[in-house]
Amino acid sequence: MTALAIENLSHGFGARRALYDVNLSMEPGSFTVLLGPNGAGKTTLVSLVTGLYSAQQGDIRIFGHSIRRDPLPALASLGVVFQMPTLDLDLTVAQNMAYHGALHGLSRREGMERAGKELARLEVSDRQGDKVRALSGGLRRRVEIARALLHRPQFLIVDEATAGLDVAGRQLLLTHVRSLCREGLSVLWATHMLDEVEPADQLVVLHRGSVRWTGEAREFAPGQTLEAAFLQLTRSPS
Amino acid sequence: MRARRALRALSGIVRREMLRFVGQHGRFAAAVVRPLVWLGIFAVGFRSVLGLSIIPPYQTYILYEVYIVPGLVGMMLLFHGMQSSLSMVYDREVGSMRVLLTAPLPRWWLLGARLLANTITVLPIVYLFLVLARVWDVRPPVLGYAAALPMLVLAGLMLGALGLALSSIIRQLENFAGVMNFVIFPLFFASTALYPLWRLEEVSPMLAVIAWANPFSHAVEMIRFALYLQFEPVAFGMCSLALVVFFGLAVWGYDPGRGFWARRTAE
Repeated sequence: MTALAIENLSHGFGARRALYDVNLSMEPGSFTVLLGPNGAGKTTLVSLVTGLYSAQQGDIRIFGHSIRRDPLPALASLGVVFQMPTLDLDLTVAQNMAYHGALHGLSRREGMERAGKELARLEVSDRQGDKVRALSGGLRRRVEIARALLHRPQFLIVDEATAGLDVAGRQLLLTHVRSLCREGLSVLWATHMLDEVEPADQLVVLHRGSVRWTGEAREFAPGQTLEAAFLQLTRSPS
Repeated sequence: MRARRALRALSGIVRREMLRFVGQHGRFAAAVVRPLVWLGIFAVGFRSVLGLSIIPPYQTYILYEVYIVPGLVGMMLLFHGMQSSLSMVYDREVGSMRVLLTAPLPRWWLLGARLLANTITVLPIVYLFLVLARVWDVRPPVLGYAAALPMLVLAGLMLGALGLALSSIIRQLENFAGVMNFVIFPLFFASTALYPLWRLEEVSPMLAVIAWANPFSHAVEMIRFALYLQFEPVAFGMCSLALVVFFGLAVWGYDPGRGFWARRTAE
């Protein structure tokens, strides 16, 4: 069974076409980079996969569950880190984690136990009692990753989570998420940063709402740099 | 199993709303002070202007302060309902609404839980106000406080559902300020909160019709009667109906495939 299957997906806002005939398939345990310039449609795609909007056309299945017809099991298997920060700034880290755990049906004790473990893995367990407002951007992102993993999802979507972080912060997040992938988690990593792509990654290049290239990243730019191949692909008219 | 998950989510949402409300000291203080200003200044000033005859549920002539208290309780619920909706718009702008809406529970349940949480958070403040109102000799029977509880919950849910429905169609926080003026003031002033219906009929029959059709009037009357240990079936029915309509609109507005939420651009 595929972790994510997207078939003939199209969506628009008014007259503006945001996604057109997108097809995508992800194997369980794979790390897939959704690469595209700003405005390519990555966040719209994430919004549709997470069920925030219903696609006007096409189907999305997460581990076999259609997000339109059978959304609850699909959402239960999904962890999301949105591009926009989504923590409550005036609550503590622990309170934010407890809230997320409750939304996913965890008891308070279970939620706090798991929160302790996930935060420790990201080296932020000593900040549990602090209000999120007091944390730096990098620490907030780490807390968001820990929170997205609290209910032990099989599939993690990370939408431009490293934007605005320093090099060390980006490296830490990326290394952690890649290590989770080796433990069996499927990851869709949306980004516009080419240096976050590794040769063994599955790569999907999205441009102007359409998938322009898909395959193993090492095959994307034979004989030239990733940057040159990406610019060549995304400079071409739609 | 699913029921247990749903109840845990409800409890988590209630806890979060209470933590947020208690943490917002300014809003917390305003919620108590606002009705006291109306009671201590406005009502005392208007006592001599607005003479009242004997009207149900009161069995004797009453002071204006006694009349206005249920209206001020309604005002507290109205302000709180609208401010909670404002926080929904804020949540959407800062992104935390996404956390709620991607939880693996039916959206109507999540919205209903949020609505109930908002109502529960304001109840202690309402009762604090009712206790303080005794200083102004507004002393309904002790059992009336208990009898009013289900009516306060219904009124709070109904007004919160109206705010929720509005929050689904408002794109930005800036727009919300305008809607507050177009919703809160007309609802409050064109109602029986400040003057009884017969008074309005004397002055403007048209305004009296509007006040009668105003669901906020029914919320106020339902609370007024319950405080004096009487049940007002018409007000109860109208409030229940309004709750169903407003909540239905809110669920429609937040539906991922329909309503206003679907027409929103990816933020």
